[in-house]
Amino acid sequence: MTALASPDERAQKRATRAAFGPALIELASEGVPVVAVDADLSGSTTTAKFAASCEANADRFFNVGIAEQNMIDVAAGLSLTGKVAFTGSFAVFGTGRAYDQIRNTVCYAGLDVKVCPTHAGVSVGPDGGTHQMLEDMALMRALPHMKVLVPADYASALSAIRLAAATPGPVYVRMGRASVNAVYADGAQMELGRAQLLREGADVTIVACGVEVTEALKAAEALAAQGIRAEVVDAFSVKPLDEAAILASAEKTGCVVTAEEHSVNGGLGEAVAHLLAASHPVPCEMVGMQDRFGKSGGFDELMAAFGLDAKAIEEAALRAVMRKGRLPQGS
Amino acid sequence: MDIKDLELVACDMRADIIECIAKAGSGHPGGSLSCTDILCALYFGGVLDHDPRNPRWEDRDRFILSKGHGAPALYAALAQAGYFPREDLLTLRQLGSKLQGHPDMHLVPGVEASTGSLGQGLSIACGIALGNRLDGRTSSVFALLGDGECQEGQVWEAMMYAAQMRLDHLIAIVDRNGLQIDGGTEDICGLGSMEAKLAAFGWSVAVVDGHDIGALISTLSAAKAEHDGKPKAVIANTVKGRGVSFMENQTGWHGKATDKEQTRQALEEIRAAREERSRA
Repeated sequence: MTALASPDERAQKRATRAAFGPALIELASEGVPVVAVDADLSGSTTTAKFAASCEANADRFFNVGIAEQNMIDVAAGLSLTGKVAFTGSFAVFGTGRAYDQIRNTVCYAGLDVKVCPTHAGVSVGPDGGTHQMLEDMALMRALPHMKVLVPADYASALSAIRLAAATPGPVYVRMGRASVNAVYADGAQMELGRAQLLREGADVTIVACGVEVTEALKAAEALAAQGIRAEVVDAFSVKPLDEAAILASAEKTGCVVTAEEHSVNGGLGEAVAHLLAASHPVPCEMVGMQDRFGKSGGFDELMAAFGLDAKAIEEAALRAVMRKGRLPQGS
Repeated sequence: MDIKDLELVACDMRADIIECIAKAGSGHPGGSLSCTDILCALYFGGVLDHDPRNPRWEDRDRFILSKGHGAPALYAALAQAGYFPREDLLTLRQLGSKLQGHPDMHLVPGVEASTGSLGQGLSIACGIALGNRLDGRTSSVFALLGDGECQEGQVWEAMMYAAQMRLDHLIAIVDRNGLQIDGGTEDICGLGSMEAKLAAFGWSVAVVDGHDIGALISTLSAAKAEHDGKPKAVIANTVKGRGVSFMENQTGWHGKATDKEQTRQALEEIRAAREERSRA
């Protein structure tokens, strides 16, 4: 297991997107033939940092303007000349606006294009429902050849970008706008297909990804105060999913809660439910957006308003525990 | 090869296109026949630097068939060039064949990118041209677009970007046959003057008879040779279904295979044209 953040480090808030540019700079300095293609959002996605880092990296940065379809296929063309091509933009445009390009050009041919948009989920806050992408995991998960990584914090985002570069073929990395608490110590080494067991427990398993990991850890604390021992699993690699780790935990605890800052349709929750239904059916509650669009508001406000915060996870855990019909001792 | 020999090759390609689509029972003969002479000029007229014995040669020129439904024409050219055995053409569109309905770069040597969803090839070609520039390569990238395909907005995203990036090793060829599935391009969503549009987008534009192999070779070669900071467009005026009388300029032959009698007639016409050329 990769090292967790110390309490002091946990208090440090950084956005996952802030890792994108720095990770590209690292990769380029190590001789990985990375290029970045963005669509007029390079300051927000932090690919501008990569472009500004040195002259060689400026040459390896391409800004196509407000043209996400072109962005994906220009990246595809660059990959055909041996480059490891990263794309930016916001998740809503960088996946949805360019879905056919990602499907038919990138994934169909298994090209080395890493789709790494930022501002996914409700973290884009005040911009409102048009910009809050809550279906991107569903879109990307459904594509053959595509892998889906959802980092919880800055350190795992840095690792995710490096992992995307090291993994042949298309990879989707989902990053957010909001600053979030550290979960992992700097230098975290995430792995493809590997979940991280962040907290051990015997009564309920919480499988979370992205910003929900911190919420799940908070919920586990609140549950502990009620005598319920929650196990918290960071399903960083949403596809391929760490089936063995999730099943082992579900077998131990007998019930599962999934938590994602994404629609409950087609995301982590369905991936876990699919696994449980096939291999170990136990009660499963899903925390996520309930088939609706977002609204303007602050990030924390929206997390509460849409039932995505620690409180919602805690309540879902209580429901899950009730459903399995054996309440923990002392409650 | 001299022009006469190239015209004979084009006849052979046309026969292959008709035969393989007939055998498959489906496919796109009209747009394959309209671009046959363009592909003949590229692959056999000395325009494209390529090596069928070494399809991944690093300094090769690359050709992207953005109008992926023209796959039979590309397959016919690649087979003629020796990328794979000509008899494989008769496996087109069958289960287990490398010759998918739209080209798959991993299955067919010589196919540079998997295409089929329209509007994407020019962007891919831009990316290749940028990658070549980063690597210090001076090879050229050609993309063949259908005229109906140019109704896709992404084509114009790529047109703007290619001019912005001064991609003067990029050559876009437009197969201007004037027809699309539902009718004439100008009746459905008119493209108007492609020449004026592309010039306004900052491209250097040439217009050529897309069935005059000699003119195609000189126009394409000139476009390839000139490096003035502008991407190059060659608008090839063509006839959809060219070479088969009952298909020429007929909307209905966009995506339909010939039946037994139609196949016989088409092959007979192509054979007669070939004989006439070889006697000329």
